[in-house]
Amino acid sequence: MTTGTAVDTDNHPKATKSVEVKNPQGLHLRPGEVFTRTAGEFKSTIEVISGDRRVDGKSLLDIATLGASQGTQLEIEAQGPDAEAAVEALAKILETSSVDDLTKEP
Amino acid sequence: MKFSDFVTSSAIRPNLSAVGKEDVIREMTTALVEAGAIAEEELESTIKAITKREELGSTGIGRGVAVPHTKHPSVDKLVGTVGVSIDGVDFKSLDGEKVHLFFLLISPPDRPGDHLRALENISRQLRDDTFCRFLKQSKTAEDIWQLLEEADNNQFVS
Repeated sequence: MTTGTAVDTDNHPKATKSVEVKNPQGLHLRPGEVFTRTAGEFKSTIEVISGDRRVDGKSLLDIATLGASQGTQLEIEAQGPDAEAAVEALAKILETSSVDDLTKEP
Repeated sequence: MKFSDFVTSSAIRPNLSAVGKEDVIREMTTALVEAGAIAEEELESTIKAITKREELGSTGIGRGVAVPHTKHPSVDKLVGTVGVSIDGVDFKSLDGEKVHLFFLLISPPDRPGDHLRALENISRQLRDDTFCRFLKQSKTAEDIWQLLEEADNNQFVS
């Protein structure tokens, strides 16, 4: 797992984190929904990178295109005022093995 | 995974009559029974399982698309079908939009990978506006099947 911080030309910090999908079912729609909903709560732009593919971390349709199974290594890249908090929160979601542990809200 | 690997061509419904969420699930699952893809005695339990999954969060993933699905022991391989609603259905989608394009999937309980591959294929194709537009405009099951075959041959996605 790697964490990096850099500054882009817009002076917004960029944060990245590489994590492995832990859910035995892979990143299917339910964890994908939690992921994109959480991503949407941040001001930063968020992208998810899988190999040579890069998709919008706030779009469930985009996340679904990754077909990320258990063990897939994904990189989360956030850019904006809350980038660091965003990658931390989103990495936790990918590292949670059961979606039921992610949806304990009403 | 290609559409032709899991879509039952004779269960495709180009003009869904259902206007409600559960009714769409019923209409499409019934189509799979009529096509012989799932056993008639499994109809009600399958509908119930798909509906229950929807209660955990809508599979209306945006852009007028929904992927209602479940795992069910009655199938030994992934089966699915496609339905198009001209007027659209309130499916409690994440983006609040009505759903026009439905991909219903039933997978064996022990094959999460297949479900994920089907979802990957569906979502990749659906990101293409041309594919979505053609699908919505399809008048017959044959039109839809032809479109799915063209998508399988990478005619929409680069």
